[in-house]
Amino acid sequence: MSTAAEGLESSPPGPAARAVDLTKVYGTGETAVTALDSVSVDFDRGRYTAIMGPSGSGKSTLMHVCAGLDSATSGTVYIGDVDLTKLRDNELTRLRRDAVGFVFQAFNLVPTLSALENITLPMDIAGRKVDQAWVDGVIDTIGLRDRLSSRPSQLSGGQQQRVAAARALASRPQIIFADEPTGNLDSRAGAEVLSFLRRSVDDFGQTIVMVTHDPTAASYADHVLFLADGRIVDTMDEPTADRVLDRMKGFDGKGRRS
Amino acid sequence: MLRSAWRSLLHHKLRLVLSGVAIVLGVGFVVGTLIFTDTLNQTFTGLFADTTSDVVIAPSEDVQSSGFAGTVATLPAALLDEVAVVEGVAKAGGQVFADGVAIIDSAGAVLGTTGAPQFGSNWNDDEDLTPYRLTEGRGPTAGGEVALDSVSADKAGYAVGDEVSLVAPQGALTATLVGIFRYGTSGNLAGATIAAFDTATAQQLLLGGKSGYTEIDLVAADGVTQEALAADVGAVVGASATVRTGKEAADQAAADITAGLAFINIFLLVFAGIALFVGTFIILNTFSMLVAQRSRELALLRALGATRGQVLRSLIAESFGVGLVGAVLGLGVGVAVAFGLEGLFRAIGADIPTEGLVLLPRTVIVGLLIGVLVTVVAALAPALRASRIPPMAALRDDIALPARSLRLRAIAGGVLLLGGLAAMAAGASAGGASGSQLVGIGVVAALVGAIVVSPAIAGPLVRVLGFAFPRMFGTIGSLALQNAERQPRRTAATASALMIGLALVTALTIFATSAKSSINQVIDRTIGAEFLISNQTQRPFPEQVALDVATVPGVASVSPVKLLPAQVNGTDAALVGVDPETWTDMASLTFTSGALDGLESGGMAVDAQSAADAGLAMGDMATVLLQTGSADFTVTGIYEPAGAFSGFVVSSAALVPAGVEMGDSFIYAKAVDGADLTTVQADVTAALAAFPTVQVQSQAEFKEQITSGVNQILLVMVMLLSLAILIAILGIVNTLVLSVVERTREIGMLRAVGALRRQIRSMVVLEALVIAVYGAVVGLLLGLWFAVALQRTLVDQGIEVLDVPWLGLVAFLVLAGVVGILAALWPAFRAGRLNVLEAISTE
Ligand SMILES: Nc1ncnc2c1ncn2[C@@H]1O[C@H](COP(=O)(O)OP(=O)(O)OP(=O)(O)O)[C@@H](O)[C@H]1O
Ligand SMILES: [Mg+2]
Repeated sequence: MSTAAEGLESSPPGPAARAVDLTKVYGTGETAVTALDSVSVDFDRGRYTAIMGPSGSGKSTLMHVCAGLDSATSGTVYIGDVDLTKLRDNELTRLRRDAVGFVFQAFNLVPTLSALENITLPMDIAGRKVDQAWVDGVIDTIGLRDRLSSRPSQLSGGQQQRVAAARALASRPQIIFADEPTGNLDSRAGAEVLSFLRRSVDDFGQTIVMVTHDPTAASYADHVLFLADGRIVDTMDEPTADRVLDRMKGFDGKGRRS
Repeated sequence: MLRSAWRSLLHHKLRLVLSGVAIVLGVGFVVGTLIFTDTLNQTFTGLFADTTSDVVIAPSEDVQSSGFAGTVATLPAALLDEVAVVEGVAKAGGQVFADGVAIIDSAGAVLGTTGAPQFGSNWNDDEDLTPYRLTEGRGPTAGGEVALDSVSADKAGYAVGDEVSLVAPQGALTATLVGIFRYGTSGNLAGATIAAFDTATAQQLLLGGKSGYTEIDLVAADGVTQEALAADVGAVVGASATVRTGKEAADQAAADITAGLAFINIFLLVFAGIALFVGTFIILNTFSMLVAQRSRELALLRALGATRGQVLRSLIAESFGVGLVGAVLGLGVGVAVAFGLEGLFRAIGADIPTEGLVLLPRTVIVGLLIGVLVTVVAALAPALRASRIPPMAALRDDIALPARSLRLRAIAGGVLLLGGLAAMAAGASAGGASGSQLVGIGVVAALVGAIVVSPAIAGPLVRVLGFAFPRMFGTIGSLALQNAERQPRRTAATASALMIGLALVTALTIFATSAKSSINQVIDRTIGAEFLISNQTQRPFPEQVALDVATVPGVASVSPVKLLPAQVNGTDAALVGVDPETWTDMASLTFTSGALDGLESGGMAVDAQSAADAGLAMGDMATVLLQTGSADFTVTGIYEPAGAFSGFVVSSAALVPAGVEMGDSFIYAKAVDGADLTTVQADVTAALAAFPTVQVQSQAEFKEQITSGVNQILLVMVMLLSLAILIAILGIVNTLVLSVVERTREIGMLRAVGALRRQIRSMVVLEALVIAVYGAVVGLLLGLWFAVALQRTLVDQGIEVLDVPWLGLVAFLVLAGVVGILAALWPAFRAGRLNVLEAISTE
């Protein structure tokens, strides 16, 4: 088993990702929707951050813009010390490939590739050599060594999400973004994925940002951001499921009143 | 449900366009072909109906007269006077009309399309008795005057008053152009040239001065029907001539002309067939993918209470819509195709007297039916599968339509393919007519078998062909390969048009090169003469030519040859009349029994095949029936057929008693040993100045002329097949665009985790490349086998050499790859442009 020390070598100081005054407006004129409204946030290294908030509050948008999948209307995003808003498509793609990991709600895997090939996909695309010892460590952590040659269609939903998480981790990105990674899973399968993510933070010092609707899922994180109407309205450290649930109820009430 | 079908149609515009295009093209070519054929039929029927008199009398012939022998069957002039007085005859006229008067244009070249007849005719001022309608000047009334059809006059650059150079069977002449005419409403007669003279001159030029006619035309008196008059005249004429009503004659003439153009229709229909075939695959693909993509939507409809029948009906309604729209547009394309064909005909010199294209209701119905039926039938299988989607599928995440096993296909297709290949092998070793038949059946069976078995072999073959992709292009390469392998049915269907097209092109190309090599080899082996003298008009020329050539210094000997139609023991045959003394120096045949010597004493040499066909053996007596009489010959030699050299060979001298008075068909000439051949050829050409259409060719030029004919035929066929390959491109584009749509999510995924646009594009292009190369390789192998079988079968017909143009085949393969890449460009561009976020969030 690898240790935190060899997990992320020579990380520069400062947050893994940072958003400054980030605004995202969809559409123009009458139909314009402000999905993000001057959001500023730091995602610290080696921390597990959960983003919560009602549907339509801008969680996915924040994640997509921070991960370089979408562009901001105004404001700046940094991954490490690289300003994403200044990059062109190819540079952005390379940055995603090398510095960012993803876990989506579903359809994470390429159906024609085996589990192992899916895990090493970003490195294979980059034509980079796979760090075998590291990948072996990751595979042992997800506990799917005997299913490595299976195709995604032969894996359960939970297993697929664990493979997706392993892929996100395998290229040792500076930061992993996960959008409702357990949204499609039952509580047991969800727990498997969440504890794997937790362990990758604890054991490898990975930085993770995860969007979720589930207070239990949020309780795996070190830190919770609460979003409403495109703004960060609250934060919470050392969350537990009950406290998150309480806070959410408060919000929904507030949200409705306002 | 109907409304939902309509919505989904509009929603998937791109798919609509792609599957629509295939239908439009397929229907367009079928409809265009039909319109064109109908137009030709109707106009020629109309043309001849307008220009033919009520009753037509023609000579009865046992041996068909033919232009190349220069023989023309005639009716005695006295017959005209006899029938003119039959009761019910209002007018009677004698026609002289025969092939053989070449018009030399103002630049000195022989006018006319190769192969099209060059008619000479007499002039008749009475429009009831002649098809000619003056547009300028007057009809020729005396020797030294000529009238030309308007297309010829125009092309040759002659105006009324000009001196026109002509070459008649007897030699060159000039005449003053006094009139220009049309043939009925047409500028000319389906591409033939017509020069008209006064009757005496026409008889002089075409009938050798006999005062007869080639045809007698009668106009019935008022109230007398064509049938009644024909019967009355028939009683007077007896068995010496055939009497037909004008309607019969006109229908026959129209049928003859349209039959001559049938090959164009066959080609067009083959092309339409390929277009429809590819179109069917495209539609099948489209609907399969549509169903796969919409399976959740369909399952949801089922869960909400739609019955299987409703789902099925909605999909069929959808395909019906696509088919109908495609077929209607196809009708429009068909009209354009017909216009194009008409233009093509004008371009090659055939003036078609159209008052517009003929669009029969039948054409519209056939076009619509084909378009709709093909689409609905193609959509039926996927629709049936879709209707079997269980409602529960709506609740599951990923639905895989049950994949059907390829076992049955592999077995059925494999048996057909191998059976076809075996049949070809058997036919090739058997040879002869039954062998060719077996080869033909084998080709069809192998093609069908290859199409059936293709999905079963596509996967493994793609892996073999693309084995280097992963090493050369890394993960992108293996992804491309897996994408091509993933849906073997689709890959196979996509490659099928290319496969068939290339199989045919390859077979034709190899066969043509083999034919050329064989021709060269046969000529090298059998012809000893350095020069061949022949007439550009393909007609006999005066015997004086041989005498003139013989006097040229450097010419050692000449040997004239006459070709004429005959019947030997009751079967039609080509008779070759030679000068036995000189002929042995010019041509060397291999005799299996007897020798050429016997010819001088009334003998006959026959090739083994013709002898067998006519039931003749050495020493047998054969009765040869000629147009002018008959003669008996004893078989004194049997030789091995060698390419063009086959048939019944007799001494020309022995034909004179049978009334043969024709000139020479061609002359072999041998040069003095050591003479400079170029000088000799120039001298011979100079000596032939009095015969402008007679040319001298060196052996190399002669070979060149024959093989260039092969080249021309090959070129036309390859051009038409290339059109099929164009359609194949459409198929590949369709498959790729749909694959990209289908894999939108996957591509978004790849982009999210770091695949560059360029890499996504490469992935699509590589997939296309391997599909195209797969189709090409299978096609090439099939074509190679076809060609070998064909060549082996036709060894006896003179195709004795197998000559495979390997470099050409490699070029085909490369071309197929390029086709694949070209077809992939647009889909690849689209795939590269996919918005990552949208791709990920696509439902
Ligand atoms: N492509 C788009 N075009 C227009 N508006 C959009 C687009 N994507 C998101 N929005 C709008 O932006 C706002 C934020 O959307 P976002 O997807 O970030 O919400 P979310 O917090 O992730 O919600 P959920 O919990 O439902 O996933 C919403 O009002 C949404 O309607
Ligand atoms: Mg969201």
